[in-house]
Amino acid sequence: MSELLDFVILSMVLVAVGIYGLVVKRNAIRMLFSIEIIANAANLLLVAFSRGLPNAQGQVVALFSIAIAAAEVAVGLGLIIVAYRLYKEIDVAELRSMRG
Amino acid sequence: MADPVFIAAAVLTVGTAIIALEARELIYGAISLAISMLGIAGFFLLLDAPFVAMFQIAVYVGAVAVLIIFTVMLVRTQALFTTKEDKKRKGAGIALMLIIMSSLGALLLTSGLNGQFGDFNTSPAVDFTEIGEMMLTYYAPALIILGLTLAGSVIAALALARRESISGEEEEQEEERRHHERTT
Repeated sequence: MSELLDFVILSMVLVAVGIYGLVVKRNAIRMLFSIEIIANAANLLLVAFSRGLPNAQGQVVALFSIAIAAAEVAVGLGLIIVAYRLYKEIDVAELRSMRG
Repeated sequence: MADPVFIAAAVLTVGTAIIALEARELIYGAISLAISMLGIAGFFLLLDAPFVAMFQIAVYVGAVAVLIIFTVMLVRTQALFTTKEDKKRKGAGIALMLIIMSSLGALLLTSGLNGQFGDFNTSPAVDFTEIGEMMLTYYAPALIILGLTLAGSVIAALALARRESISGEEEEQEEERRHHERTT
């Protein structure tokens, strides 16, 4: 039978994977993937604690968080497309060296 | 001890999350990320939150995954393979991941978190009518601001990604052709 701690540990593992992606990857789209994974781990934690308390507010905040994440992805992908159009490149290290 | 459904879903979610970051082709990574989001939706179902699970599937698997796949297709494939990866950097990243996992894991295992809350199967679940009521009463201003934020972000994304004009487009194509000539 699953308990709160299982979900917290799973969420922690997902955050660790996301941080690994943010640190190692230089492709802007992959960094966006990492951010999505971390955001989902946070949502999982919110819903898990909402179930454990039990209190509906955690689920409400999780719903808001999902919607905000969708908006963030839309803007992030827009920025990536603009950067690609300007520099023909989505490697963040290359983008940094080509500023100005 | 965790039940087998939980373990299976956990392996699926974490495994596909890692594949999403490590797949050679970005498009497979995007599909893998969508499967990972589906796994998270499964956890929401396990947590007796079907409403959030449905929202998760609709937004992440339905909208975000498709958006990412379209972007991957828009960005020329050649640019996706130019990312050079440092072996040292990768090793450091894996070490950092393991340090975070072990230290936070040790902290969590000794925190006595399980003593605070009972087994999920015995305590009553949250009724989702309560979520609707809260959204329309206490959280109504937040809901309205959220709607405005979504509209603003969609307009911002459109403004960012639109093409300037037809002549600008021709110029851009010319530029692209020149770029192509330079690279070949």
